[in-house]
This record gives sequence, structure tokens and C-alpha cells, in this order.
Amino acid sequence: MKADNTGRRGRQKQGQWLWPLLSILLGVGLWYGLIGLFQIQPFILPAPHTVWQRLVTTLATGMLQRHAWVTLQEVLAGLALGGSAAMLVGYALAKSRWLERFLAPYVVASQAVPTVAIAPLLVIWFGPGLLSKVLVCALIVFFPILINTLLGVRGVPEDLRDLLRSLHASRFQTFWLLELPAALPALLGGLRIGATLAVIGAVVGEFVGADRGLGYLINIGRGQYDVALVFVAVFALVVMALGLYGTVALLERSWLGWQRRTE
Amino acid sequence: MIDNSGAPLLAVRDLHVTFEDGPTALRALAGLSFELQAGEFVAVLGPSGSGKSTLLRTLAGLLPPTRGQVTFNGQAVKGPAEGVGYVFQNANLMPWRSVKANVALPLEIEGLPAGESEAITAELIELVGLQGFEETLPRDLSGGMAQRVAIARALAYDPALLLLDEPFGALDAITRERMGLELLRIWEARRKTVLMITHDIPEALMLADRVLVFSERPARITLELAVSLPRPRRDEVRYTVEFATLARRLREAIR
Repeated sequence: MKADNTGRRGRQKQGQWLWPLLSILLGVGLWYGLIGLFQIQPFILPAPHTVWQRLVTTLATGMLQRHAWVTLQEVLAGLALGGSAAMLVGYALAKSRWLERFLAPYVVASQAVPTVAIAPLLVIWFGPGLLSKVLVCALIVFFPILINTLLGVRGVPEDLRDLLRSLHASRFQTFWLLELPAALPALLGGLRIGATLAVIGAVVGEFVGADRGLGYLINIGRGQYDVALVFVAVFALVVMALGLYGTVALLERSWLGWQRRTE
Repeated sequence: MIDNSGAPLLAVRDLHVTFEDGPTALRALAGLSFELQAGEFVAVLGPSGSGKSTLLRTLAGLLPPTRGQVTFNGQAVKGPAEGVGYVFQNANLMPWRSVKANVALPLEIEGLPAGESEAITAELIELVGLQGFEETLPRDLSGGMAQRVAIARALAYDPALLLLDEPFGALDAITRERMGLELLRIWEARRKTVLMITHDIPEALMLADRVLVFSERPARITLELAVSLPRPRRDEVRYTVEFATLARRLREAIR
């Protein structure tokens, strides 16, 4: 009985890796097929092994790491800045209907303005350095995290609030013992969305004006018809976004175990 | 010490609660008056929607009365009252806290040293019969077990008065009867003053010294019945003539 169980689980684990691997192999095969079938020039669509070689050389010279590090810094700083601002404002809005009504026009406007469109403004105001990119990231993650915080804090069960009131909990105790843990799923949900958005924000900022970063690398590759370099940079961005997403998912796993249903 | 054996623990005088809901006002309570002596177990019986929960919330100081006064321990209740334990209709546990941590919550808020809190918590978990489930999360508890945790939590800071808002209302009939006996045992061990809301006649008779029957909204007391059944009460008391007579009087008063 027990052996049978582990056997099934083992097979499941195998299947977990088997199918994504097959799909990636199929994708690479299609890629080669496309190039062979339509005789596509390498400066339009390089073959997978060309991209791989480019990846190896950019890694060997340390170029990829250097630019990726710049982008990662922008993303993390933007996420920290935008995220903490959004959580603070979101909490305040959740606690005060009056403040929510008062600030509603700005909150809605902050969502309506496409961040891509004001990125040039930020670069003009704050220069082509790190700061303007951080601000683009912060702006792009602000709204989803704000909304999630607001809904999370509003969603704290009224009966639990009554319980803490009847126990004479202080404001801080109410926050620390009730509101924070109760809103944590929503907060991490917002952070998960924000993590991938922040990567987009950093690249947009770098497109507009920068002399380093993965977005800059893409611009360079485009200008020099070095399409393999563009692919390498895009690949690095995907890895970065997935890594951030995975980190938040890991936090959710360890902090929100109480939510998981038992079978 | 002042001898105040004659003074009630809780006194409710001409209590009115009205909810202003737009142009229409909803009268939940209209002129309630009653008293609770220390150590008494009183059940409030009434149809659902008769403002029973409103009464409890007002007594706990969670809801200000529109008119009238609540006196607890000789002092007028204004705001959440000290020394009142509240058990909600649903267990109302924190899903991210284990059984132990849920029971310890009031002590944590009170700022009791960890060692003392640990000892009280262990004792209460034993009292409600949940040894072995200390680290269990609420999602893995049955309805009856969750309500035991809620009772232990309400007892944690040793309140003088326990307010129970249909604590077994969501349980199936068998678990409900079992939990009633369990509550009786806990009450006999701790001798708290209890005000319990219920809509179950046998439950009220099994547990209470006195039953107050509420009318439909706005709530008024239509009958006050002393339950003369001898204590300690065991399950067999349900099958006595006296029990049936009292049950009939309550049934007629509710109608």
C-alpha cells in the first residue's frame, strides 16, 4: 500500500519534469524548422545555437551579468519603494472611508495613466541614471499593490475585529496580530504581480534613456543588427522575472501554510 | 471587602437599541430590563432575528445603546467591557494560529509573561478536552472542536461574565447535545456567570438556572422562567416529567 503510494508519487514527479522538457525540445525543433523552411537570415532570426554561443560569450566577458545586475537593482529598489508606498497608502485608505473618497481621483488617475507614456518625463526630470528607472518601476507596481492592500485590510473579518476590541487590543496589536496576518495573502498576491511588472518598468525606463541595463543591451543589439544579443537579453529578463515570481511564491509557501487545504 | 451579595453582577435597565438605516429605523431592542446574579447561568430564548445578538453586543460594550443603561460590576458599560468573555456564533478563530495560539491570544494581548500564559493555556486546553491538538490549525478542526477552542479562549483571561451567542447553533444535533453537556461540565468546574443565547428549548433547560423568552423584534421579555431542575444535571434529566412541563411552557411562550 505504502510502496504503491510512493511509486505513484515518483511517477508523478517524473511526469512533472518530462512534459515541460518535451515542450521545450519541441519549441527548439520548431525554431530550427522555421529557419530552414523559410531560409531566414541570421540577422532576422538567429538559430538557437547562435543565441547559445552569444549567451556564452556575453557571460564569459561578464557583460550580461553587469547589465543584468543594473536592471535587477532598479527592479528591487523600485519594488521596495513602490511596494512600501502602496502598502502605506493602501492601509490608510482601508482604515478611512473619508480618505478613500478624498484621494479616489488620484488613485484612479494613477491607474489610468500609462506608465510607459510618462517614462520619458521621468527621465527628463531625474536624468538617465538609476533614479528615473527606479521611479518607473515604483509607479508601475504602485496600483496593483495598493488595491491588493486595500482589499486585504478591508477583508479582515468583522467578528475578529470585534474580538480584538472586546479584548482591549491596542491599535498596534490590532495591526500586528490581526490585520497583517489576515491581509498577508492579498499583500503577497500584490507583490507577485508587482514583481513581474517591475521588470517591465525597468526595461521601459532603459529604453527611453540609459547607458546600461538589459533594456539598453536590447537597444544596442537592435542598432547593430545583433539579434542574438537581443535574444540573450530577453532571455535574461525572463529568468529575472521568473526568479522574482518564484521568490514571492516561496514566501507564500512558507508564510501561508495555514491556507493550504488538507486532502 | 464590601459585602455586595445582594447587588447583581449585571443589570440591564430599560435598554433600547435602534439602528438608523436610512429613512426607516430598525428597532432591535425596546425597553429590556433584567439582572444577572454572580454565578448564575441564564439562557435567552427567542426566534431568530429577534435582536438577541444585538443584546449581547450591547452587553459586551461593542455597541452603544440608544437609550437605557447596562451596569456591569457596579459600573456603567461604556465601550468594550473589562472582564467579559465573548463566544461568537461561528468559532471566530484566527485561521493562521494553532489551537494553542488561539487560546493564548487574550493573554498575549494582556501582555502576560510567556511562562504563565503557557501554563494557563495548557490547563484550558485540557479543560475543554483538546489535549493532543495543541498544534492543530483551525482548518483541520471539526465544528465542535473549533467551538471548544473558542470557549477556552473566552475563559483565558478569567472573565467574570461569559456571553455566549448561540455557540452551538452551527453544529449538528448530536454534537450539539454533547457540547451542551460539555459546557455544563466546564461551568460546574469554573462557576462563571453565563448569559447564553439559544433557540433550542432543551438546550436552554439543560443548562440554565433561568430562561428569558424574547418576543419577535423589537425584543421584549415575554416570560421569565426559573428552571427548578436539580443540579448537577445529567443527560437523564431530559426524560423527566418536570423537564417536559417546563419545555411546554417555553414552547407556548415562544409562539
